[in-house]
Amino acid sequence: MEILLQQIINGLVLGSMYALIALGYTMVYGIVNLINFAHGEVLMVGALTSWSIIVTMQESMPGTPGWVILLIALLISCVVAAVLNFAIEKVAYRPLRNSPKLAPLITAIGMSILLQTLAMIIFKPNYKAYPTLLPSAPIHFGGAVITPTQIMILGLTAVSLAVLMYLVNYTKLGRAMRATAENPRVAALMGVKPDTVISATFVIGAVLAAIAGVMYASNYGTAQHTMGFLPGLKAFTAAVFGGIGNLPGAVVGGILLGLIEAIGSGYIGVLTGGVLGSHYSDIFAFIVLIIMLTLRPSGLLGERVADRA
Amino acid sequence: MPNLINKQNKYAVYALSALALIILPLLLQSAGNFWVRTADMALLYVLLALGLNIVVGYAGLLDLGFVAFFAIGAYMYGLLASPHLWETFRWVALQLPAGLHTPLWVVIPAAAFIAGVMGILLGAPTLRLRGDYLAIVTLGFGEIIRVFLNNLDHPVNITNGPKGLNQIDSISFFGLNLGKPLKLGDYTLSSVTLYYYLFLTLVVVSVIICHRLQVSRIGRAWMAIREDEIAAKAMGINTRNLKLLAFGMGATFGGVSGSMFAAFQGFVSPESFSLMESVMIVAMVVLGGIGHLPGVILGAVLLSSLPEVLRWVSGLLDLQAVTNGRLDASILRQLLIALAMISVMLMRPRGLWPSPEHGKSLQVKS
Repeated sequence: MEILLQQIINGLVLGSMYALIALGYTMVYGIVNLINFAHGEVLMVGALTSWSIIVTMQESMPGTPGWVILLIALLISCVVAAVLNFAIEKVAYRPLRNSPKLAPLITAIGMSILLQTLAMIIFKPNYKAYPTLLPSAPIHFGGAVITPTQIMILGLTAVSLAVLMYLVNYTKLGRAMRATAENPRVAALMGVKPDTVISATFVIGAVLAAIAGVMYASNYGTAQHTMGFLPGLKAFTAAVFGGIGNLPGAVVGGILLGLIEAIGSGYIGVLTGGVLGSHYSDIFAFIVLIIMLTLRPSGLLGERVADRA
Repeated sequence: MPNLINKQNKYAVYALSALALIILPLLLQSAGNFWVRTADMALLYVLLALGLNIVVGYAGLLDLGFVAFFAIGAYMYGLLASPHLWETFRWVALQLPAGLHTPLWVVIPAAAFIAGVMGILLGAPTLRLRGDYLAIVTLGFGEIIRVFLNNLDHPVNITNGPKGLNQIDSISFFGLNLGKPLKLGDYTLSSVTLYYYLFLTLVVVSVIICHRLQVSRIGRAWMAIREDEIAAKAMGINTRNLKLLAFGMGATFGGVSGSMFAAFQGFVSPESFSLMESVMIVAMVVLGGIGHLPGVILGAVLLSSLPEVLRWVSGLLDLQAVTNGRLDASILRQLLIALAMISVMLMRPRGLWPSPEHGKSLQVKS
């Protein structure tokens, strides 16, 4: 029972990070119908930026409270990631908006490799120890353990989601985004500037990714140039799982995927008598995805969309 | 190059290029076996790209896990022609006291068959998906295969885990062992050169198969599905079977290429079958010119030989010392490939050598 509770907590933490990343994918996909393969790399850039800020600040200003450093690092890495994603869209995706569908996908993959390589050159390929800035004493309840960092992750996710929901549902920009997702041409006729909206979407997605990146790095205590790939992939799975293009779907999908992965990898060894170990945890996401797409291709919360040939 | 190949000089051009391809390894051999090896790998990648081109180029199904079939072919050959099974399982050793050595004539059809079946198995649940969903599912499939290859060393040691299989037999047929240099009078053909001719033969056969497929009824049906699946269905095309066929046919090429790779390297490990490889193969097809055989071949040759050329250049410049260890050949290669993918797509979204515009859906002029 304690194992289950512990795995649920781990799953929620993991899932909320997936949810934040998945939101970026799903928003971009909803508006420009493109898998932004470089999204995971934006997360990585966010994490590595915050890492270098934290390390410099700890050296130059000893005695600053941990949460102040974390907050500053978080803000700066959000800005960096936003600028980066804005530039990526401008350079690599905008010129290809009306070309064959595979072309932007290829530039997206290229962008992902490019960012990874640049990060490797700039930050060197070793694993970096990500400092623990919040108190590390775990809190016990009901036999399970939760660290302050994990509480911060859950809280930060909740705040980000609330802000995003407000932004999308109650502001002018949000309305413009929804209109563009529905039909870019008609939206343009109604006075919405699609280019601005698309840029804004990429910026928002990048901010969420950077938050997720900082959380990911502080949760696992390391940062490296390849760290963005797997969470990015799984978050995309989560987005598809929940129904791509659908914001609540991304959140639900992310959290469910996190839970499935945590519980699954916690129990797979017991269930199979030690034959399959937890190193199979990475394939849960894909198995879930394949089953999901076979049974309900539009995702959990997605509507059935008519084929656009 | 529209005027280079016309009816009058068609055969002359064919003969010349055939001659050039046959002489090429002999020239490269004099510069060092390294270059012949590069050419060999390029041919294997051409084979892979041709296979993927059936799936992506003809049928329009984006497959990001193609390397899985390459892996299946490679591991199949590795298991059937290395001491691994023989050492691990007693009953194999009892059955085959002389060790497990499978001849080429069994391996190629078997690799083709198993990979093809796997392709159909992958295709079956994904039939209803299209575009990006399909891309992500196939990507997941590729990863699943790799995770299994990495972890199937216990409880029963089948794939030998991350250590991989080694001491794989080189190919031999008609008493000719491709693993050893062949002496023709005074002239010695090195082992890599012999492999070059084998791979070249396979590539030529594949090109002919692909070309015949492209102009056949099946090929036209695939392209109809690519352009508009609903319309294709309305025209009486059995889209389900044809999509499965595309997956199966494409995978076949991957399997054969994989078995050749295993024999050529003498060693396989899960590392060679990462997602990056799948992406590379897709990039070859798309950069070269999707659905257009010469373009695909060009893309495969360019992208597979570029890294080797870079390695040579950076060795020449002593790059690692100059840049204080931050840049080396493999990093430079990744950087350039990424830049190439982005810039080629921005400048020529239809690929370097796209297929001529006919038989395509009308472009909507807005």
